[in-house]
Amino acid sequence: MTGSPIEVRGLNHFFGTGEARKQAIFDINLSIARGSLTILMGPSGSGKTTLLTLIGALRDIQEGSVVLLDHELRGAPEAELVALRRRLGFIFQAHNLHESLTATQNVLMGLEVHGKGNAAKQRIASHHMLDLLGLAARRDYFPANLSGGQKQRVAVARALVSNPEIVLADEPTAALDKASGHTVVEMLKSLGKTRGTTTVMVTHDARILEMADRIITLEDGRVVTDKSQ
Amino acid sequence: MSRLLTLLFGRLPIGWLQLSHNRGRLLAAVSGVAFANLLVFMQLGIMGALNGSTLAPYALLNTDIILSSQEGNTLTDSEHIARVHMFQALGVAGVADATPLYIGDLPFTLDDGTSVALLTFGVDVTQPSFVSPAVAASLERLTIENTVLLDEDTRGMPAPVLESLSSGASYSFEAMGETLTAIATMTVGGGFLADGMLVTSDQTFLRVFPTRYSGAPDHILLRIDDGVSADTVATRLRAALPSASVRVQTTQGAKSADLAFMSSERPTGIIFGFGVFMGILVGLVIVYQVLSTDVADHLREYATFKAMGYGQTFFLGIVFEEAIVLAVFGFIPGFFVSMGLYAGLVAVTGLPVSMEASRAIFVFLGTLAACTLSGAIATRRLANADPADLF
Repeated sequence: MTGSPIEVRGLNHFFGTGEARKQAIFDINLSIARGSLTILMGPSGSGKTTLLTLIGALRDIQEGSVVLLDHELRGAPEAELVALRRRLGFIFQAHNLHESLTATQNVLMGLEVHGKGNAAKQRIASHHMLDLLGLAARRDYFPANLSGGQKQRVAVARALVSNPEIVLADEPTAALDKASGHTVVEMLKSLGKTRGTTTVMVTHDARILEMADRIITLEDGRVVTDKSQ
Repeated sequence: MSRLLTLLFGRLPIGWLQLSHNRGRLLAAVSGVAFANLLVFMQLGIMGALNGSTLAPYALLNTDIILSSQEGNTLTDSEHIARVHMFQALGVAGVADATPLYIGDLPFTLDDGTSVALLTFGVDVTQPSFVSPAVAASLERLTIENTVLLDEDTRGMPAPVLESLSSGASYSFEAMGETLTAIATMTVGGGFLADGMLVTSDQTFLRVFPTRYSGAPDHILLRIDDGVSADTVATRLRAALPSASVRVQTTQGAKSADLAFMSSERPTGIIFGFGVFMGILVGLVIVYQVLSTDVADHLREYATFKAMGYGQTFFLGIVFEEAIVLAVFGFIPGFFVSMGLYAGLVAVTGLPVSMEASRAIFVFLGTLAACTLSGAIATRRLANADPADLF
């Protein structure tokens, strides 16, 4: 891979059409370093979640450029975007676990997207990831029988089990207690150091700000501060 | 089940897991598909009985070509044909022999007051080669005036009467002002137009039906020379006989024409065909409703999977997997309940209703196709699963 895994240049984004058209992102330029943990901050409506979805190949790029893992997203065919998304790990604020699947099966979904593999190995990897997140005793529980924090940790396990190159997280610690939140962020930091996993996280959680390598603040769709620490 | 499907698909059987997780919905869906199956099976069963009873009288005959009036509809719903055409036919190359066949409906009241309608065949008792071996064996005895062969599957016929006939005794009864004596039995069975059948000599027939006369039978049966094609002889006959009044059909052609007439021109055939259509429609709607609700309920999960990199074929696979599960699980109870109802229908009506393997396979494949079609329609809602909305 050449350069940084995420390169954003002159990015603008609009919602709506005609007179109702409203610009949400204004001329954003970013280069995210490989293996880093970057936090996006800002008030509600500042555009951080929109930026996350644009970086995650979940929305069409209207103006400007986003180069993700050496692939230009603007104008890329859907198949290429789908293939790229398989190299990412998404952690949503709402866990979005599948209610019909157990914790292990939910995590397995993070592996099966890469195709048929050794089912036994995939199961072991899923169990290992759940164990790391303190869910060894909850492997076979359905989401309905898990607490909010446990569900969120299953969602984290699902995002990380396939060793993604980039993790995009939206308030991943909001539903977690201090210790669990710390564990999750430590895990992301550790993945950055050992495997070069790059993390971009939207959060308001002041408890984890000190652990970030870089904090970018957005307001009204513009980057207002960009601090490395 | 989950392990088996996981091995089969090489992935988690999401469709099955979704359906089985919500047992109430699964039960409702399976019941719906089973009910639709039941509807289709019952309609097809009765339609099959209609076809079976239409063709059953042919089993009494042994003929290669049948001459009939153009005004007639089927073997048993016929008009008269001039016997002179029999002699004309005998002059056509390839025709070996010919005989007239007389058909009439004989009303008859049982000792308990039950009215029974017997479809009566009057045949030439000197021509045993034109009837089935079972009838031919007793044909000589029918030379005795007013003797008949009685259908042992006649609806409503008391069992003691049939038992006494089987043991060699005779059974006399009054019909159309004549005293008829059944001397033996044969097996055909009742249908939609008659409760059973009777075979007698043409002489007895003409006595029982005084308005009929020997010069105007219902059909003329022909046998052809060995080694000659029935189609070839039929073509020659069509050229030789007046096409405006005489219909020439091979026996197979006559059977096919009778079935086509009963299924497309008789109200009964159209009604049962419509019933099959309604059953399929009910199944389609039920499965569509279940699958479409299921897709709507899981849109966020599907959107998550989309964000994770799952493609459209994966989601189609889930919906079709659910469709197949519903088809299989709905077919099994539908099949067995239908078998039970078939048995009940046979006991009550005596109609030849039976579960044929071809029908079971047809309904199963139809159920699969209908469920798949419903699934295909339901997948349109997948387009609403937008992963960008998750954030």
